Amino acid sequence: MNAPADQSSGLLSVRDLKKYYQAGGLFGRAAPPVRAVDGVSFEVGRGETLALVGESGCGKSSVGRTILRLQEPTSGSAMFEGVDIFSLDRAALRALRRRMQIIFQDPYSSLNPRMRVGAAVAEGIEIHRLAPRKEIPARVGALLREVGLDPEYARRFPHEFSGGQRQRIGIARALAVEPAFIVCDEPVSALDVSVQAQVLNLLSDLQQQRGLSYLFIAHDLAVVRQIAHRIAVMYLGRIVEEGATDQLLSNPRHPYTVALLSAVPEPEPGGGRTRIVLSGDLPSPSNPPSGCPFHTRCFHPLKNERCRTDVPLLRPVAGTLAACHYAETTPQPAEAGAA
Amino acid sequence: MSHVLEVQNLRISFPSGQSRVYPVDGVSFWLNRGETLALVGESGCGKSLTSLALLQLVPAPGRIEPGSAIQLGDMDVLALRGEALRQIRGRRIGMIFQDPMTSLNPVFTVGDQIVEGIHAHFKISRTAARDRALHLLQEVGIPDPVERLKAYPHQLSGGMRQRVMIAIALAAEPEILVADEPTTALDVTVQAQILEVLDRLRASRGMAVLLITHDLGIVAGRADRVAVMYAGQIIEEAPTEQLFAQPSHPYTQGLFASVPRISGPLRRLTPIRGTVPAPSAWPSGCRFRPRCPQAFDKSEQEPPLLPVGPDHVMRCWLAETPRIVAADERTR
Repeated sequence: MNAPADQSSGLLSVRDLKKYYQAGGLFGRAAPPVRAVDGVSFEVGRGETLALVGESGCGKSSVGRTILRLQEPTSGSAMFEGVDIFSLDRAALRALRRRMQIIFQDPYSSLNPRMRVGAAVAEGIEIHRLAPRKEIPARVGALLREVGLDPEYARRFPHEFSGGQRQRIGIARALAVEPAFIVCDEPVSALDVSVQAQVLNLLSDLQQQRGLSYLFIAHDLAVVRQIAHRIAVMYLGRIVEEGATDQLLSNPRHPYTVALLSAVPEPEPGGGRTRIVLSGDLPSPSNPPSGCPFHTRCFHPLKNERCRTDVPLLRPVAGTLAACHYAETTPQPAEAGAA
Repeated sequence: MSHVLEVQNLRISFPSGQSRVYPVDGVSFWLNRGETLALVGESGCGKSLTSLALLQLVPAPGRIEPGSAIQLGDMDVLALRGEALRQIRGRRIGMIFQDPMTSLNPVFTVGDQIVEGIHAHFKISRTAARDRALHLLQEVGIPDPVERLKAYPHQLSGGMRQRVMIAIALAAEPEILVADEPTTALDVTVQAQILEVLDRLRASRGMAVLLITHDLGIVAGRADRVAVMYAGQIIEEAPTEQLFAQPSHPYTQGLFASVPRISGPLRRLTPIRGTVPAPSAWPSGCRFRPRCPQAFDKSEQEPPLLPVGPDHVMRCWLAETPRIVAADERTR
């Protein structure tokens, strides 16, 4: 559940982050770059979870990877515990990785199939020399217990485990180096619902016990609601709305957030709320629309020429920050469905 | 009402060492014209194998056991071989799958593939087939259909590819459409579009839809009836409204309690303890017993499907006792 977080002390501060991928042009012709992340700014406080939400191709995973320098940014800055991540050399980067970890959607692909679970969890402790050699097995046992696994599992191999258990192993491995911050990249998307709930609860409990901060990257707003203190919604490489979880979900101001919310299939008799079915496909991030990136699919009744020409900036509107020229009058799900 | 499809006691086995395991173990259901039945369950519950059996597509070395029956109208599907079987595949029962890219041929245009589908079942001219393909693309809501006919699969988005797959399935005008996790690989806004298309087609063509999914959310307000599967069996079945209003089997209740909600009061999720056992390790008696918070002494005997209410059955002995209706025991 969403524990109160100390938002006053920023842990991570990202400013105007951009990540462009240069697509190889055929016959030497330079293709326009794919603007995966196109000017993103946010903060994450200690003990806080910020969720980055959006559909495939919105750039949310690129943000997570760039912050960990698994990919190099095109421009922008990221300050973590007062250190500029993007200017660190190799040695400093290694020290940083002890403080910042990542868990992935598919834990199996990030575990070495020939390495026993115990060795995989111990790896970080050894690299960073966090414990004398003879104490490592006890530490590994304690970590496995903390994520809800039998310490005896240390002797087994990754293929002997179910998806949910592997995700727990991935979490134990991340926790081993005692990080302050974890990027959780779609950590429960590949899991069955009953197991998904187990892992979400585990992540919440660990946050409370260890005071962890999460950047929680996901496409599912209902999942995010369980764990995030704040939500940032991304569309075509930009944050289009950001706010406290309750605020953003109960009173969304950006039309895209409204559409995304209404599309969440809710297991209620009759199917729950009115659905807004967006027309058309996501535009290509290598050739995003001019003006507001959402204007080609927007259903806002006030949509006009200005939306096609002027890029709307994130600005405070009724409790959230929204990047829409007409956010004050954005139709809410019930009204928009009828439109 | 006469059923367009009736499945009786379907059992599918696979060799496992010296013995055999039964990932689908005694599944029965029927489909009426123009209705949607959802088969819901988690990975490994047998829902996809069940749908493959309808067209005798169970992958080797699996086999459909004697005693199973699949009746399509007045036709005994399991007795069909060769050409007779080909006649019903696609023509009477169409299928769409989770990942349209693997079912589309990358080197042919969308138009060629739809026309091929039409020609497999109807002897009409190429021009007439072309016109019909165009019409199908319009029907599944593809903008710019004339241009899209000339497109190759990789030039389309995931949502557009799934629409093309639906168009191909519809080309043969099947009575039944089996949709196996049709929107699982798609984004939510695209998912909403595809579900809308399926629903519209079901209504306009009077087609029956068997929707295979892990997601209770997409079932709500779409399916007429829901059958929940666990460990190779249907463990609860009811009209959708009824199942959502009163989920009765402890596994179904556990599923509902595990699903995060976008609205309503925020509460900690209540997961089902443990994990789904493999077919070789299914427990005796009630298969949910080791994970069930309400298991009792009688759970050691295997329960049949017992009535809970009108058209509402479940595979749990609690149906015999009044404990089940106590609202405070429901984990929702």
